[in-house]
Amino acid sequence: MHEALAVQTNDFAFKLANVNGTGSASANSMLMQAIFRMGIPVSGKNLFPSNIQGLPTWYEIRVNKDGHTARTSTYELTVAMNAETFERDILEVRAGGYVLYDSTWPLEKRLMRDDVTFLGVPYARLCNEVFADSRERTLMKNIAYVGTLAALLSIDMEVLSSMLKEKFGKKPALMESNRKAIQLGFDYAKEHFKCPLPTRLEKMNATDQSILIDGNTATALGCVYAGATVAAWYPITPSTSVLDAFTSLCAKFRTDKDSGKRNYCILQAEDELAAIGMVIGASWMGARSFTSTAGPGISLMNELIGLAYYAEIPAVIVDVQRVGPSTGMPTRTQQGDILLCAYASHGDTKHILLFPANPEECFYFAVKSFDLAEKFQTPVFMLTDLDIGMNDWVIPRLKWDDAYRPDRGRVLSHADLEAMPKFYRYSPEDADGVAARTLPGVHSKGAFFTRGSGHNRLGGYTEIPDEYQDVMDRLTRKHHSARAYVPEAVVETQKAATFGVVTVGGCDLAVREAIKTLTAQGLVGDFMRIRGFPFGDDVEKFLAEHDRVFVVEQNRDAQLRTLLVNETASPKEKLHSVLAYGGFPLQAHQVVAGVTSQMKSGGRA
Amino acid sequence: MSYIKKPVARHPSLQPNKLGLTVRDYEGSMSTLCAGCGHDSITAAIVRAFYEMDISPHMVAKMSGIGCSSKTPTYFLSGAHGFNSAHGRMPAIATGAAAANKQMSLIGVSGDGDSLSIGLGQMCHAIRRNVNMLYVIENNGVYGLTKGQFSASADVGSKSKRGEPNTQSPIDPVMLALNLGATFVARSFSGDKAQLVPILKAGLRHHGFALVDVISPCVTFNDHEGSTKSYMYTRKHQLPMIEASYVPPATEITVDFPAGSATDVKLHDGSTVRLRKLAKDYDATDRTKALAQLYAHQNSGEIPVGLLYLNEGGTEMHEGAKTVDVPLTSVPYEALCPGSTALDKLQQGYR
Repeated sequence: MHEALAVQTNDFAFKLANVNGTGSASANSMLMQAIFRMGIPVSGKNLFPSNIQGLPTWYEIRVNKDGHTARTSTYELTVAMNAETFERDILEVRAGGYVLYDSTWPLEKRLMRDDVTFLGVPYARLCNEVFADSRERTLMKNIAYVGTLAALLSIDMEVLSSMLKEKFGKKPALMESNRKAIQLGFDYAKEHFKCPLPTRLEKMNATDQSILIDGNTATALGCVYAGATVAAWYPITPSTSVLDAFTSLCAKFRTDKDSGKRNYCILQAEDELAAIGMVIGASWMGARSFTSTAGPGISLMNELIGLAYYAEIPAVIVDVQRVGPSTGMPTRTQQGDILLCAYASHGDTKHILLFPANPEECFYFAVKSFDLAEKFQTPVFMLTDLDIGMNDWVIPRLKWDDAYRPDRGRVLSHADLEAMPKFYRYSPEDADGVAARTLPGVHSKGAFFTRGSGHNRLGGYTEIPDEYQDVMDRLTRKHHSARAYVPEAVVETQKAATFGVVTVGGCDLAVREAIKTLTAQGLVGDFMRIRGFPFGDDVEKFLAEHDRVFVVEQNRDAQLRTLLVNETASPKEKLHSVLAYGGFPLQAHQVVAGVTSQMKSGGRA
Repeated sequence: MSYIKKPVARHPSLQPNKLGLTVRDYEGSMSTLCAGCGHDSITAAIVRAFYEMDISPHMVAKMSGIGCSSKTPTYFLSGAHGFNSAHGRMPAIATGAAAANKQMSLIGVSGDGDSLSIGLGQMCHAIRRNVNMLYVIENNGVYGLTKGQFSASADVGSKSKRGEPNTQSPIDPVMLALNLGATFVARSFSGDKAQLVPILKAGLRHHGFALVDVISPCVTFNDHEGSTKSYMYTRKHQLPMIEASYVPPATEITVDFPAGSATDVKLHDGSTVRLRKLAKDYDATDRTKALAQLYAHQNSGEIPVGLLYLNEGGTEMHEGAKTVDVPLTSVPYEALCPGSTALDKLQQGYR
């Protein structure tokens, strides 16, 4: 006999090992949703292959009453439903933990561990007895383990049954199958195992004011609320669901019920070169327009991003980052496009970047992206990642201020133009280095020639050095001005802190958890999460105030650190990297290990 | 005596159109192309077409990519909104512009390098989407700005200035467009303004993508003996198939043609395009027959010209996208944002 786990109420993680294409996704998200509805902070991470059917796929659920819901790879329980990956899945459970498996077939002796408890439920046999259709048998095996887990973890059965009613209210046959399958798994567990396990759930009220949403949906919602009317895109994982969501939200909110006419136009382009071209054309014409893509798409868009930058045309580009280079690992997460986006295109170019950390910020920053793109008449990148974009997150309920009106920036109206003797596109500039623009069709005086070739402050073609530099220097001033308008960094300081930790985007939760752990170990550090580029004074100040700074990010080459070295006054020697780039979401222990090892060794970069 | 306001001097031959604008108002800045360039003749035809159509210049968006042809939007309609974009990328930018504002008249000017090599994909997809625009390819078979390389439209056997023959088979925009389902396909010759102007006018009024391939000789790099895109070669081998005339809405059609020799096609705005057959049995409203005949003629070394195919029944991009009747740029924000109440309600579903 091995040592049993102590009771861990609302503080554990479990992993579900499945075969993709078997309907496990709906079973797993049902589990997460039920825990969320029980009021307990929870996260779900879908670790899936680039494949439609037949390959291994995992889903990890972490519950934590204190809200530490970054990914963890310490599992108290594994649901092993994929024979192909038994060996690894069983090895990964922590000592004292549990393995739930389908005992229709005996588990090979060599796979057994004596420091974990094996809980066998003959799912295949039970489902074969109850369900006639072969597809249903496969699908319901997964739903049945939801029932077992309800018994083992004490998931509220009432919550599950009301979820079924909402989901299948209009499909009574499906509801009945699901209900039956859940009951099957539940009853078997109650009869054969001691329920609940030490890892158990207890209702809380920590999620009353929260919603469960993925970042891509939140981004799309932000684009709808920002008033975007033209979206152009090319399908690419992990950003496709931004446009899926935008499409269904627009169908809901932007379609005239009587005529069926739409207040939006979605263009599925032939590639990303065309997608960004369409965005530029639509923005030039005066529509709020955006595209959504991933790293390979940004690579293709580079040429026209330079055009938008130089001709000063707004464009909103959502980059849901995945693992590169090349095709890389399309279904894994990374923050590998920071430098690519910051300096996208040939020649001297610099762009405004926004870094949301979660779906809540995806929503608000999406709106902000349009305001900044139009205010500064330039491309704006919102960099999320696969983890933020495709996983469901518990976030505070989104709020909307009905007094919001888009900041269209300096756009001349018919009356403005009427009153002007003559319009020149690129002068005069305002305090932010921005010149007024006109939209086609508004007034004959507003007509001008937009060009990606050399132009002077009047908008005329030029190859004269001074005239060219004059415009390029204003673009520098304009970019510099944006530092006061991007979202400020989130800074959390502690008394007697001896170092700083700087991070970005989806690293947020893991780094906060790590700081807590480090503090408990006597290593007290301050926290800063950067949310925009160009870097503001707040970023400079934080760096200046700390002699030793750890920069935590999810890429190999320390891209955020490089950008900080390049674009702030901070000496590079004091910036030390903590990197994780294997493709799974960052874990607190990786940060703790990275910081402690460097603290011990004197903190070499 | 500056307090005396002088009338604007106007040559007696400059008749104002319905907007009170003369043809001068449709011109642009001085061309910087080589003297005798075919592109300049096309520019003049474009000026004439817009002037005769009484279109307000500022309601026109003139789009182009990169190349000699793509420079020409500067030389016409100085009062229009111009966008000289990037090499081969004009079709996408024009598509976005069209999506945002369906009321603007869109003209795209491109060349054989811009449209048939680097931008081939974008042009094809603009055709597939049936973007409502006039798309002119100023086709000379050669790269001008980079000094004389063959383009993708160069015929097999056509000789470069240095005498080397082209060995790769050409991409023919007319045949390509027909195969892709284009609804307006024409070929013309820069040296034949009488033929070109009505085609451009019809193209501007066509409800969808109007492709006009204009053979436009390059006097510097491709107008020599042995070139199949020279003035002399084109004059000698062009074969008029259809003569198009554009008849504005509510205009009585007075000229009569012998029965069977002309077809009238009604356009969306009520205007008419009269297609007069010049080649026996050619039907510009039948894609299959048109393709077969054009193929046969081209194989025998002729260059069929005219409004070669017209179908007003296609699904234009906005129709497919079911957009509102007004330009999306004119929809007020209040009609676009669902508001806080809707957001609260929506989020009940995210629980």
